Amino acid sequence: MATETLTLGKALNTGLRRALENDPKVIIMGEDVGKLGGVFRITDGLQKDFGDQRVIDTPLAESGIIGTAVGLAIRGYRPICEIQFDGFVYPAYDQIVSQVAKMHYRSGGRLNIPMVIRIPYGGGIGAVEHHSESPEAYFAHTAGLKVVTCSNPQDAYVMIQQAIASDDPIVFLEPKRRYWEKGQVDLDAPLSEAYPLHSARVVRPGTDVTVLAYGPMVRTCLEAATAAAEDGRELEVIDLRSLSPLDLAAAYESVKRTGRAVVVHEAPSNIGLGAELAARITEECFYSLESPVLRVTGFDTPYPAARVEEEYLPDLDRVLDAVDRTFGW
Amino acid sequence: MAKGDPGGTTRSRRAAPRSKKGAAGDPELVQLLTPDGERIESHTSPDGTEYRVDFTDEEYRGLYRDLVLVRKLDAEATALQRQGELGLWASLLGQEAAQVGSGRALRTQDMAFPTYREHGVLYCRGIDPIMPLGLFRGVDQGGWDPNEFKFNMYTIVIGAQTLHATGYAMGITMDGKTGTDDGEAAIAYFGDGATSQGDVNEAFVWASVFNAPLVFFCQNNQYAISEPLERQTRVPLYQRAAGFGFPGVRVDGNDVLASYAVTRTALDNARHGQGPSLIEAYTYRMGAHTTSDDPTRYRIASEVEAWQAKDPITRVKAFLEKQQIADADFFAEVDEQARRESVHLRERVLDMPNPEPVTMFDHVYPNGSPLLDEQRAQFTRYMESFEGSAH
Repeated sequence: MATETLTLGKALNTGLRRALENDPKVIIMGEDVGKLGGVFRITDGLQKDFGDQRVIDTPLAESGIIGTAVGLAIRGYRPICEIQFDGFVYPAYDQIVSQVAKMHYRSGGRLNIPMVIRIPYGGGIGAVEHHSESPEAYFAHTAGLKVVTCSNPQDAYVMIQQAIASDDPIVFLEPKRRYWEKGQVDLDAPLSEAYPLHSARVVRPGTDVTVLAYGPMVRTCLEAATAAAEDGRELEVIDLRSLSPLDLAAAYESVKRTGRAVVVHEAPSNIGLGAELAARITEECFYSLESPVLRVTGFDTPYPAARVEEEYLPDLDRVLDAVDRTFGW
Repeated sequence: MAKGDPGGTTRSRRAAPRSKKGAAGDPELVQLLTPDGERIESHTSPDGTEYRVDFTDEEYRGLYRDLVLVRKLDAEATALQRQGELGLWASLLGQEAAQVGSGRALRTQDMAFPTYREHGVLYCRGIDPIMPLGLFRGVDQGGWDPNEFKFNMYTIVIGAQTLHATGYAMGITMDGKTGTDDGEAAIAYFGDGATSQGDVNEAFVWASVFNAPLVFFCQNNQYAISEPLERQTRVPLYQRAAGFGFPGVRVDGNDVLASYAVTRTALDNARHGQGPSLIEAYTYRMGAHTTSDDPTRYRIASEVEAWQAKDPITRVKAFLEKQQIADADFFAEVDEQARRESVHLRERVLDMPNPEPVTMFDHVYPNGSPLLDEQRAQFTRYMESFEGSAH
């Protein structure tokens, strides 16, 4: 039983290392992933230990990273592509949604593209523009892609390995503001049994309101739940983990017990994940609901200048305000 | 004109005013068979590469047969579209030599990445010619196995496949499958319009940097739907290769022998570890871009007639006749085979069944998805709700 205290970033690094060790077809490719170890050091030391044929520094072109990875996947490799920042994924968007996502379907199941596209996403680190975006809805809307995100070191370690082992093409969103947060990681955790990749998890049980969150917002919601408990309200916090497909059974079960639901994400609200969750929960749990499903999200603006991002990002107070409002109906 | 010294031609072009219209199109071609059917023994490029072919009479006749069959099957598909049996067709008329020449130059182990017009290459890969018609009829999305035939799916998004080919070729190197006569290579097909795409330029960068065993095969058919070559480039396309660090060559794309020779050389160079190269097959699309456009709106008859005189099939026929490699009986027999196969193709297309609607839910994910399973179940129940439904 090897349990270590790791940051979320180091947990990803350890998971990647494990995947490289276990399968010679696994390769990592991206800008600066080699000697530098990535701008966030998530691939730190991997090129040194596995060589530049397994951890490949690429030219500076995102469409090329994804497009050549498609060809490598057809050849039998399992590429892990690193996109340096969320806002840089768009030059590769065509390759991801038109090629990666559809190739299994178009080939009648004859081709698999077992690719993982890692994207550090979200705000909260005081970055300049194009470095703090939440593009999950673009990818979750695309049939053929799966989209997952982790919120803690244990999940980061397990989920990255599960994603690499999966034959489905997976967009793996890494909550960059949580890279440096530490937690206990069981390095022997089984990949397939305890926490299947596409399952949501109740991270704090409660009885009064179901709070649905993922990635960087899970911690914010847990803090809100702690504060709410002081006021006598028990929030049930669910970490969705998988954004496509959504694990709706977990959400339905919870909302039918609590009668109230609040969805929290950093991305803008318009046509976002919260809209999908609100619609699905309303359809399935209509007679259990005491109030409409509410959303706490970023605003429908481009991600703003860093000095106002604390106001843009959902925080403890905005979550608690939404919880209060669900009791107003 | 095509026999002129390419080196000299290149120097004189460099001195020409930059605004000179048509600079991107002046031919300086590798040619082994003139439009009149005269054989040119060999062609030596400025870099010293010698291109020649040494076919048996049987092989010459085989190339002629390929050209005629591919043209006839293509014509049948065009007719089927006109009769409403196909939703669309992208004809290869005029490009048979570029496709058959390059397609026959591929070895079994080589992998091809086509656009949506490579019906001739597909034929050379041994794939049933009905396969792409399912895509254009709308009953499937391409029915062949890319791994079995070493011919990837058609790619509609312009230029996207050049990156796939590059990655695949990188994989060949990583697998240690280069450096010998039985090494592997990949070939990426694309058109003149695609050279304007970012993906094609990124593929050039990647292939060069990673020394990928890859041949970029550009069929310059002079038009991207209605836009002429001058709207894509100010320099001859094959010259772009130099800027990326690998060789480029322009071949007479209506000459099946030269198309074969340059492709075989480039593939062999790639499989021996000498990296990528670019072939510009200088040709002409005699028909429409697809059955949806009207080429009389954007090009003049005299231009079409000039290219008609360079037809890829008549020149092979003239050569075979002059050299007495084939007689009238042979030509009649090939025509009869083409007629028979096109009739057969037509019958089979008309028999192609529509897919069961519920199959639209198949193969979205290798591992499936619970939400999609739920949607499929809902759809099935809905279809079954109709009285007397066969579903």
